[in-house]
Amino acid sequence: MNTAAKMPTPPADNVINKDTQLDKTYKYGFSSDIEMDYAPKGLNEDIVRLISEKKGEPEWMLEWRLNAFRIWQNMVEPNWAKLGYPPIDYNDIYYYAAPKSQKEKPKSLDEVDPELLAVYEKLGIPLKEQEVLAGVEGTSNVAIDAVFDSVSVATTFKDKLAEMGVIFCPISEAIRDYPELVKKYLGTVVPQGDNFFAALNCAVFTDGSFVYIPKGVRCPMELSTYFRINARDTGQFERTLIIADDDSYVSYLEGCTAPQRDENQLHAAVVELVAMKNAEIKYSTVQNWYPGDENGKGGIYNFVTKRGTCKGERSKISWTQVETGSAVTWKYPSCILEGDYSVGEFYSVAVTNNCQQADTGTKMIHKGKNTSSTIISKGISAGRSNNTYRGLVHIFPEAENARNYTECDSLLMGNKCGAHTVPYIRAHNNTANLEHEATTSKISDEQLFYCRQRGLSEEDSVSLIVNGFAKDVMQQLPMEFAVEAQKLLGISLEGSVG
Amino acid sequence: MTELLNIENLHARVEEKEILKGLSLKVNAGEVHAIMGPNGSGKSTLASVLAGKPGYEITEGSVNFQGEDLLEFEAEERAQKGIFLGFQYPVEIPGVNSMYFLRTALNAQRKARGEEELDGIDFMDFIQDKLELLDMNTEFLKRPVNVGFSGGEKKRHETLQMCALNPTLALLDETDSGLDIDALQIVSRGVNAMRGEGKAIVLITHYQRLLDYIEPDFVHVLKDGQIIKSGDKTLATELEKEGYSGLTNETTAA
Repeated sequence: MNTAAKMPTPPADNVINKDTQLDKTYKYGFSSDIEMDYAPKGLNEDIVRLISEKKGEPEWMLEWRLNAFRIWQNMVEPNWAKLGYPPIDYNDIYYYAAPKSQKEKPKSLDEVDPELLAVYEKLGIPLKEQEVLAGVEGTSNVAIDAVFDSVSVATTFKDKLAEMGVIFCPISEAIRDYPELVKKYLGTVVPQGDNFFAALNCAVFTDGSFVYIPKGVRCPMELSTYFRINARDTGQFERTLIIADDDSYVSYLEGCTAPQRDENQLHAAVVELVAMKNAEIKYSTVQNWYPGDENGKGGIYNFVTKRGTCKGERSKISWTQVETGSAVTWKYPSCILEGDYSVGEFYSVAVTNNCQQADTGTKMIHKGKNTSSTIISKGISAGRSNNTYRGLVHIFPEAENARNYTECDSLLMGNKCGAHTVPYIRAHNNTANLEHEATTSKISDEQLFYCRQRGLSEEDSVSLIVNGFAKDVMQQLPMEFAVEAQKLLGISLEGSVG
Repeated sequence: MTELLNIENLHARVEEKEILKGLSLKVNAGEVHAIMGPNGSGKSTLASVLAGKPGYEITEGSVNFQGEDLLEFEAEERAQKGIFLGFQYPVEIPGVNSMYFLRTALNAQRKARGEEELDGIDFMDFIQDKLELLDMNTEFLKRPVNVGFSGGEKKRHETLQMCALNPTLALLDETDSGLDIDALQIVSRGVNAMRGEGKAIVLITHYQRLLDYIEPDFVHVLKDGQIIKSGDKTLATELEKEGYSGLTNETTAA
């Protein structure tokens, strides 16, 4: 659906070097002067070897990367999404950038470059505080792995988690310290040749998080990774692998920001989840990469492959995402429901404003018997943006009694944005029970006036209405994220009415 | 008597159509005014213009509220200054429960007045007696604003908001429409509780029925964008008997 009419006048002032200005537009737009160690621009086998060497990887890992690189070379970039962007020059990107002071891995937070810690503090995650708080009862209980450009800089609470047998560390460390686990699962959910961006990630991924929850363990705290792209012309290719063994539970949060830059930056991540028998993985994302300015200049290209396999019986994987950032988003967190009675969930809020484009949704692949999945997608479009839900519900012939419920709601603000819903359903077993609901609505002038008459400013009114619209998804977020995410929805839509 | 509101020769149009054509009205603190009139006479437009609804163009005249030019202010600023509009057709806000909505509104107003905001617990204490006054319970506050409300529930909810926000000037647009006698009594109880020194109420209504429960000090007849007759409450009874048509003839003749 596409309509055209008046567009709110963008603020004339695009200068973003003042703190006050940043607060109003993109709060995380600062960049930090940290000495970086770069690999040369461009992509070839030597770069892949260099990355592997920098990471001190074993031979098998290098071979795995090179294999992926060769696959990638024979692939073409997909163009089926409802996205338009100029061709990406894959040879004009730095594939490896690391803060110089990180060459020698810090043993503890005390050894981490204070400049880096200051950056994270600015982002609202005081790592030091986290550790101090660890001993205090009833305080925040989140373990954080922070990834800065290509390198994981600090993981908190490691010792406490280790006591329970939980492994939470940078994936580069896991490759060295837990090669058997990594070998067993890496690439099993998202194969190397799965798609163009996943193949690229396999070849050049630099860091990310690794999580293993042993049998019967309920991870006592939220695990969280914070991704930050800081360096110019850098791609971030992180790789996350989470394995929840039988009867275990883990809730994992992921947050992302990037500085405001005029040029586009590439982000191509892969996340793989494996849930064994009776295990549950809850994966939440608040994606707030820099979206570009009012005229569509700059911003992150976000091409992400996220997928989980419910391997065991009665396992469950739940994706929750709040997507407000990036110039271009291409992302379909999916579930492969192999185990009988396994459950897949996808809760999504995607906000696009100005010239942002988002093509996002999920795939629910039902293979096991009595598997069920739920999809709740809330798209909010403003400005001249385009917001597409694209989803697949696939019922395999052997999946007796599979159930799916899908709800896709779109909210439009103004008359120049687009909301699109593209649901695919492939049902190869006639015992399947599938429901699909879709609505499109607009924030009405009557709603706005009603709120304003009660004393709310126009922007608070929009924020209230939008958060109400997205409530079913927002309430899936862990407490630690919910308040921040609510504010983010309001901020992302600032200036979109009037 | 302290003057609260003074409307002089107000002309207002919406999409090139003139609706208010030189309306004048004075409201003093402590008074209750009823504005009656046939459909399309401009009653709801008057309420909307006073509350600052976008889309209306004021071509002539002035509105003074407590010594300030009311037309200078945005809708939310007018609300913060103590103007409340009870809507004829309250709007649904899916996913936002009444408690959150009302507390957010109250705090926005308190903040604008430099008062301390209420947290969830304080708010529950604050709202309790207002709920009781209107025969409502806290379960009601958990429902999304106006979603699936019956006509009576919507009007009680409007009245609850009025009692909570405690305005200086309450404009009630057809608060009685769609109410059965029981609901009418409850809503009237809320409105009567609002009466008091320093405050005023303007009731916009079709029927005299409401005025049996809320006794006005003045009754005005609005027709074709002007107030054509004013009087005390007996005027309402007269109108009920005679209708508006006779009245028009009388004034045009005069």
